[in-house]
Amino acid sequence: MMHRSPFPRDLYAELAHLQREMQQAFEVSPSIRGQARGYPAMNVGGTPRSVDIYAFVPGIDPATLDVQIEKGVLTVAGERRVADIPEKATVHIDERAVGSFRRVVTLPDDIDPNAVEAKYRDGVLHIGIARKEAAQPRRITIQ
Amino acid sequence: MNNETADIANPADSARNEAALLPPVDVIEDANGITLYADLPGVPKDRLSLHVEDGKLSIEGELALDMPEGMEATHAEVSLPRYRRVFTLSKELDADKVSAEFDQGVLKLRIPKVAHLQPRKVEIRVA
Repeated sequence: MMHRSPFPRDLYAELAHLQREMQQAFEVSPSIRGQARGYPAMNVGGTPRSVDIYAFVPGIDPATLDVQIEKGVLTVAGERRVADIPEKATVHIDERAVGSFRRVVTLPDDIDPNAVEAKYRDGVLHIGIARKEAAQPRRITIQ
Repeated sequence: MNNETADIANPADSARNEAALLPPVDVIEDANGITLYADLPGVPKDRLSLHVEDGKLSIEGELALDMPEGMEATHAEVSLPRYRRVFTLSKELDADKVSAEFDQGVLKLRIPKVAHLQPRKVEIRVA
């Protein structure tokens, strides 16, 4: 026997379902922590010699950025201003982040907080922190 | 038939289908035109491409981060190597006169309105 729903299907629910299916099929899998990631976006990576942090802070004066390392925690803070909107103008889309921001990254234990290099290029702040000598892999000669 | 195969093989088309990040934008319109700002951090000037075709404006940029050799990513929020966004322009905008500035990952585009559609002050003569 065929089961028939007593109610017609809700078109909007169907569409929402379809949209979810599409997202699963085509988009990059979303993060388990959701999409609200805060500003600025950050990438973290490393090599046996260094830990590399990239903060995506476009159009900012690097002198106004505040970067600190304290007790194994890296903080990037600053303020972002956007151009003033002229009088009698209409804002159609307003998506870019504005205002003060602050993000914190816990660093691994083996970093050397005195060997830090920070560069700002193309709107990306790259912080490279060397790992301590002792922590770097060493080849042991067999006698 | 042959034309269709050529289109599929076109590298520009295949690039258009690759996954890309959507850059955030601000779009502001005043009496003389539209100003668009887009955030494309990590894109050097020579990897940014802007196209106006069939009344569509497309913004595309490829990321180039200086990564040390052998780096392994442990956490990535910017997880794709390119940005892409397409806008449909309206007829009153003059696509031939788009001007662009790109500095530290921020693109500023100015699209003026067609000259004869810009506001003009009409003088009223009193007889």
